[in-house]
Amino acid sequence: MSKPEPRVGLFVTCLVDLFRPSVGFAAVKLLEAAGCRVEVPEMQTCCGQPAYNSGDRADTRAIALQVIEAFQGFDYVVAPSGSCAAMLKAHYPTLFDKEPELAAKAADLSTRTYELVSFLTDVMQVSKVDAVFPRSVTYHDSCSGLRELGVRDQPRQLLSTVGDLSLVELSDADTCCGFGGTFCVKYPDISNTMVSSKTGNIEATGAQTLLAGDLGCLMNMAGKLQRSGSAIQVRHVAEVLAGMTEDPAIGLSGTAPGDPRSGGA
Amino acid sequence: MESTSHNFKENARRAIADPHIQAAMAKMKVGFTGKRLAATQRLPEFEALRDASRDIKNHSLANLDFYLERYEAKVIESGGQVHWAPTAEDARKAILDICRRVDARTVTKGKSMISEEIALNDHLEAAGMTVVETDLGEYIIQLRKEPPSHIIAPAVHVSKEQVEADFRALHTHLPADRNLSEPTDLVNEARQILRQRYLDADVGITGANFLIAETGTSIIVTNEGNGDLTQSLPRVHIVIASIEKVVPNLEDATTILRVLARSATGQEFSAYTTFSTGPRRAEDPDGPEEYHVILLDNGRSAMLGSDFQDMLRCIRCGACMNHCPVYHAVGGHSYGWVYPGPMGAVLTPNLIGVEEAGHLPNASTLCGRCESVCPVRIPLPRMMRNWREREFERHLTPSSVRSGLWLWAFLACRPVLYRRLAGFGIRILGALGRRKGRFSSLPLAGGWTKYRDLPAPQGRTFQQLWAQKQKNEKRGAVK
Repeated sequence: MSKPEPRVGLFVTCLVDLFRPSVGFAAVKLLEAAGCRVEVPEMQTCCGQPAYNSGDRADTRAIALQVIEAFQGFDYVVAPSGSCAAMLKAHYPTLFDKEPELAAKAADLSTRTYELVSFLTDVMQVSKVDAVFPRSVTYHDSCSGLRELGVRDQPRQLLSTVGDLSLVELSDADTCCGFGGTFCVKYPDISNTMVSSKTGNIEATGAQTLLAGDLGCLMNMAGKLQRSGSAIQVRHVAEVLAGMTEDPAIGLSGTAPGDPRSGGA
Repeated sequence: MESTSHNFKENARRAIADPHIQAAMAKMKVGFTGKRLAATQRLPEFEALRDASRDIKNHSLANLDFYLERYEAKVIESGGQVHWAPTAEDARKAILDICRRVDARTVTKGKSMISEEIALNDHLEAAGMTVVETDLGEYIIQLRKEPPSHIIAPAVHVSKEQVEADFRALHTHLPADRNLSEPTDLVNEARQILRQRYLDADVGITGANFLIAETGTSIIVTNEGNGDLTQSLPRVHIVIASIEKVVPNLEDATTILRVLARSATGQEFSAYTTFSTGPRRAEDPDGPEEYHVILLDNGRSAMLGSDFQDMLRCIRCGACMNHCPVYHAVGGHSYGWVYPGPMGAVLTPNLIGVEEAGHLPNASTLCGRCESVCPVRIPLPRMMRNWREREFERHLTPSSVRSGLWLWAFLACRPVLYRRLAGFGIRILGALGRRKGRFSSLPLAGGWTKYRDLPAPQGRTFQQLWAQKQKNEKRGAVK
């Protein structure tokens, strides 16, 4: 008897929702290919990190409660972002230390929440993907995914199964790109120094494409690469793993952007 | 030391524009991180030792009163004296009183961040004494009249060429044509000058890496041996230490020593680990006639039992700043007071107030690299966030940030309204950015677009596209 399809709630993340829905469709495709039934709760907006990291605990709690509510009943909650997944998994349980009932709900959400790529490999036991990407790529480890969720080998393992793709390791791949949510606009000079150091290392790899698992970091690095005239393209790792690279890379224009609605999703 | 922490942004801007600082930071960020990594990989039990070190410090802090009193009793038993200093002023006064009583003219110093914290040098110099720093890095910055920019490598921001120029300008009694091109030449020159100072000194002041409750011993680690000469040659030895340095026994200290140098410089052990217990005994060949310990609180006891108690575990290895990309960008002086980097971002507001140092815990991406290398596993990002919460509660957060957050949170808590507005806004932004794919400038996004382009959105939100897809599929199923 085959196992029933796990029911997965996709936590889209606000940046993917607003800026790059194609990443969301890539996530759906990967999850469905892995045997999941995917639903997208309507009552989600953001994970609350802008408030949380600005010290606004009351709003953070309000948003967390909304997310907890929206994702009740799913076997798993999966986000195409290490940072947002870590917010749900590692930080929500710390918000309700004086309210045992809410703390239990947050802890329950925490045990069900995963970052997309590590969910595919660690939970769904996906060991290869059906995709081709004939380019040399390098990979940046976004901080929260790496240090709070232990996402490091999983994307590399799946990328190694993408046809015609070659991976060149990035030196200082584990160093922050300088995005940091509101940090990048609160301390623009420092953020710029950090992202310049990062893009210098990216260019030194000679890779044609930069991949990572968090759209915030990707937009930061893509914006800097493009401002400095680099031709390196930037994509979310899910797009490559799902074989959905027909849309223009981040920050590039294309004639009539490929429509993810009709795509493989 | 006078704080310029409130001016952090301007300090940082200047440091980013300074090619000397940028060159020094580029070098240090590779050196320290690589050496630490290699050292930890050579020691299979390193992670277990981090846990053990954390537990020892936690136990010591939970029983701090007990161990401090035990330590004091042992110091007295070995012939020394303990001076409790609740504030920096008390510590300065106690030290000056000792120096005056013994008629001190020259005071040598081993490296001590506590002495920076209480601005000791200025105080003694104002009383007419000559103060000589004997750690090479400290000696260099003393010549340059600068504060340290790093807690274990105080002159890490200074290049070899700058040191050579300083030595030539200030050591004018030496031949002008001498060779100072190699680091060893510089070290030898400093050593030669300092040697006489050790012999001249009336009082030697050292810091402490550990105070041992069981024996009344203080321990310092150095790589130059300057601590030994500072404490054993003068008539009087003064140890200045903050209260959280106490650990129960020698076994505990040696456990922590195994992670200290590895985390700091990637050495297995510092070149010198120096123990001192009381003044010279009858059978000792040398040593000071008087032995004093100044125990400084200066705000630390108020951290006990607070969100910030874990910070008192800090063993001052510097690993957090060695691995901090913000520190690498702006250097240590930008932080504006004694303690830079992530540990400073948490500790400084505790010691001089969050009104003055509020920028420090905010100027971090919370990337977590500091916590990942901290030998005593201090949750530095969590505590930076704790400071942000206090600032927010006390309305110290800038009003532009507060009102922006309010509007955003208002929408984020109303998904239906949020979806409608987001769909509308993104459609406009997507249309505006479609031709180029990105924006090089955009109203209200100057903080972003000053340095980088902003990728344009694809034009529809995921939620809109998903809803449409669901509808199409349903229609298809009905047909």
